[in-house]
Amino acid sequence: MNFIPPDFAPASSEIFMLIMVCIVMLADLSAGEGRRYVAYLLTQITLLGCALLTFLSFTTDVIETFSGMFVDDAMADILKLMVYATVSAVLIYSHAYISDRGMLKGEFFSLILFATLGMMVMISSSHFLTLYIGLELLSLSMYALVALQRDSVVATEAAMKFFVLGALASGFLLYGMSMVYGATGTLHVSHLAQIIQSEASSKEVLVVGLVFIVSGIAFKLSAAPFHMWAPDVYQGAPTAITLFIGSAPKLAAFGFVMRLLVEGMGEMVADWQGMLVILAVLSMAVGNIAAIAQSNIKRMLAYSTISHMGFLLLGFISADSNGYSSALFYVIAYVLMTLGTFAVIMTLCRYGFEAENIDDFKGLSKRNPWYAFITLLLMLSLTGIPPMIGFYAKFAVLQAVVNAGYVWLAVAAVLFSLIGAFYYLRIIKLMYFDEPETQEPIVSNSDVKILLSANGFAVLALGIFPQALMGLSLYAIQNSM
Amino acid sequence: MSFEFPILSLVIWLPIVFGIAVLATGNDRNANSARVISLIGAILGFIAAIPLYSNFNSASGTMQFVEHLVWFERFNVNYHVGIDGISMPLILLNCFITPLVIVAGWEVIKDRVSQYMGAFLLMSGIVNGVFASLDAILFYVFWEASLIPMFLIIGIWGGPNRVYAAIKFFLYTLLGSLLMLIAFIYLYQTSGGSFSIQDYHQLAIPLTPQILIFVAFLLAFAVKVPMWPVHTWLPDAHVEAPTGGSVVLAAILLKLGGYGFLRFSLPIAPDASHYLADMMIALSLIAVVYISLIALIQADMKKLIAYSSVAHMGFVTLGFFLFNAIGIEGAMVQMISHGFISGAMFLCVGVLYDRLHSRQIADYGGVVNKMPIFAAFFMLFAMANAGLPGTSGFVGEFMVIMASIKTNFWYAFLAATTLIFGASYTLWMYKRVIFGAVASPAVQQLNDISKREFAILAILAIAVLWMGLYPYPVTEVMHATIDHLLVHVSNSKL
Repeated sequence: MNFIPPDFAPASSEIFMLIMVCIVMLADLSAGEGRRYVAYLLTQITLLGCALLTFLSFTTDVIETFSGMFVDDAMADILKLMVYATVSAVLIYSHAYISDRGMLKGEFFSLILFATLGMMVMISSSHFLTLYIGLELLSLSMYALVALQRDSVVATEAAMKFFVLGALASGFLLYGMSMVYGATGTLHVSHLAQIIQSEASSKEVLVVGLVFIVSGIAFKLSAAPFHMWAPDVYQGAPTAITLFIGSAPKLAAFGFVMRLLVEGMGEMVADWQGMLVILAVLSMAVGNIAAIAQSNIKRMLAYSTISHMGFLLLGFISADSNGYSSALFYVIAYVLMTLGTFAVIMTLCRYGFEAENIDDFKGLSKRNPWYAFITLLLMLSLTGIPPMIGFYAKFAVLQAVVNAGYVWLAVAAVLFSLIGAFYYLRIIKLMYFDEPETQEPIVSNSDVKILLSANGFAVLALGIFPQALMGLSLYAIQNSM
Repeated sequence: MSFEFPILSLVIWLPIVFGIAVLATGNDRNANSARVISLIGAILGFIAAIPLYSNFNSASGTMQFVEHLVWFERFNVNYHVGIDGISMPLILLNCFITPLVIVAGWEVIKDRVSQYMGAFLLMSGIVNGVFASLDAILFYVFWEASLIPMFLIIGIWGGPNRVYAAIKFFLYTLLGSLLMLIAFIYLYQTSGGSFSIQDYHQLAIPLTPQILIFVAFLLAFAVKVPMWPVHTWLPDAHVEAPTGGSVVLAAILLKLGGYGFLRFSLPIAPDASHYLADMMIALSLIAVVYISLIALIQADMKKLIAYSSVAHMGFVTLGFFLFNAIGIEGAMVQMISHGFISGAMFLCVGVLYDRLHSRQIADYGGVVNKMPIFAAFFMLFAMANAGLPGTSGFVGEFMVIMASIKTNFWYAFLAATTLIFGASYTLWMYKRVIFGAVASPAVQQLNDISKREFAILAILAIAVLWMGLYPYPVTEVMHATIDHLLVHVSNSKL
């Protein structure tokens, strides 16, 4: 028996990331207190290096390696590049916040990088086990990140909730996978599709397995009725961590759904379509209606996330590349908007003051007209008002839904987003129509200023010229199916 | 013709560019430069629009000044603009009103001047875009974008209850337009992947989907017009909005709804339009009669004019659904004339409000003693609002009544009651505000209108009289287009 080493090249960025995480940990240890910027810079360099590696290995072919457990295709590369950019932006936005609150430790960076590695593995896996390993690496790092502020009771509580419910969801997922394995005898995504197609497996067991898998996915996406953890975690976690949880992992979750449902169980589309319809409608209803009642901005955004995840699921319902690419466009738009919104919240925070309530936005247009204008763009984009990117995201998804023959679903979706418009408008109202309660100046570093301006500009510019991003999403999907 | 100067794009984007420039002047330290730049922008915008009239070929019913660029291929969405005899007069009206609004806010607005002026310029360009769009998504983008400046204008510079009014305005309009978006997407599927409005005009659609499409459009446009019973946002928005906001709302934004019926509902869903015509006429007549009666009992001048707007716009929708040339032409004339008159009426109330900070009729009385020139202007506009022959208000109403008498005597009878009700509420308000003894020491202190106010009101007075005495230049450009439209409407698309 001779050992043939697998082709490592497709996984070069993952391997680089793993090595760099260790280096970051060690470097931080030797640099010591007061020279934390070493770890910060190294982390950014790691992300840049990964981006380079991914970019250089970019290919339109689908390359499988590690006995078909790992795949590198256009969708994976594009999603990974988005993940690097998002994580890098998260680090820039949260740097000041984290260091003000004494959380700027080596663990912060290594946990973020481990979570990123988890996302990369999720995006690139073509085997249920690799998927699961990536997911757990991401989830465990996130639990630890939420609990990073050790002495904060709310954060610890949030971490506990997150952990218990997340573990439950992982259990669901594993149970579903084991049923699929029982029915088909394989966990390879591509083999699975073939076996299901050949109808050589027990349909009943498969469907039961599918139900568990979809529930697990809904948990991770925070789609109703599996959304309970999201508001508590969003509220309890330090804002910088909320920003992280709410942004990049959604990109990974998109890849996760693509690999599991579309590539693995695409033949069972009729079965999961109906489940997704229910999840989507419930999420849009619960998210939009519950968000109105919130006075805590992070909680409100958690419910807003739930409703956006409902919209995202709509993209999968049409079950064709048109729909998937709409969903991809939606998730990218969503991440862009979330990044900006939480960044604004963090600029409102000061040393010893947490901006938690929506009233903290009062009179922002007088305190800082530029940030208020960016928030205006972000809120209108979240509402789905053109010419912001959020409109085209909704438009693309609605188009896919109508194309699939679900006109009623599109009508329901727009009616729920009308309800949603109210709480986004309330933020605009607070910023522009109300007087500020405090005259505290809003200070932020120039890197945050530049990035936030670019972020707001992107929301508008990608809205006015959406072709590039739409084309990219379509390209990613078409070249990996 | 190989290359043509993109006049239409200039008309759309010039105010927007100036609007951004005005916003860039920043805070109130530079208030004066903000005012000057915005006035230059508004006047240039009007000048740029003049070639649209002078070079317009009124013998043709097809689109002119057409520009076509690919916007994004993914969904076959194009930057496709062009105008015909329906949209051209409305664009001119919009470009005409914008400088007046800027001047009207010249001294009155002291807080966040650049944002105020910038919002109006942006609005002007966006509304031109709505009227000129020949691509459904482009239209939708402009249509929704027009909400944003108005929302901020009402919310920032409005009265005490402005937040309620602004959010109500936004949500009401959004409700209608979201369903219109679904209708567009549905038409995109049925037409095999086109968002061109002109393609939709050729599309055969069975009756049931046609009715659903019609209803989706109806919600969007009826809210904007506004038709009874979805008009309730308008009085709130008008009362709370600053004077300039009220003027643009009444003179321009309401026309978007009327325009939508002509561009979308009638030609895309003609069978549904005929099928539901009775309902539409009934709603229009309710607006004319019932809302006029409501206007009669208002104690707030702005509210009274707002209700009178609803009643006058009832004439517009009535004219559309009679399906004959004179009715539609009359409705168009009514829209233009209402733009002048309601704008002027709101400016007159604004003149009083700036001095006394009250809109209540009861707070005034005997104003003529202190402000004779103003009283004369106000008299002219009040008469025009009541539909006096010789003013623009008469022409449109008369044409619509003529058209309706051909269809059904009772339609004409009910519509004609407006001549009585309109005169009652307008002139009664006029009498209580202007005539009589000087009501209070505050009225005793009033000064007559300034040169700035005189200029605005004089320009509008000329427009009102000119359209009343010689409406030919306005109707002439519409003939061919409306004939073209009626061909579409009378052919079944089942």
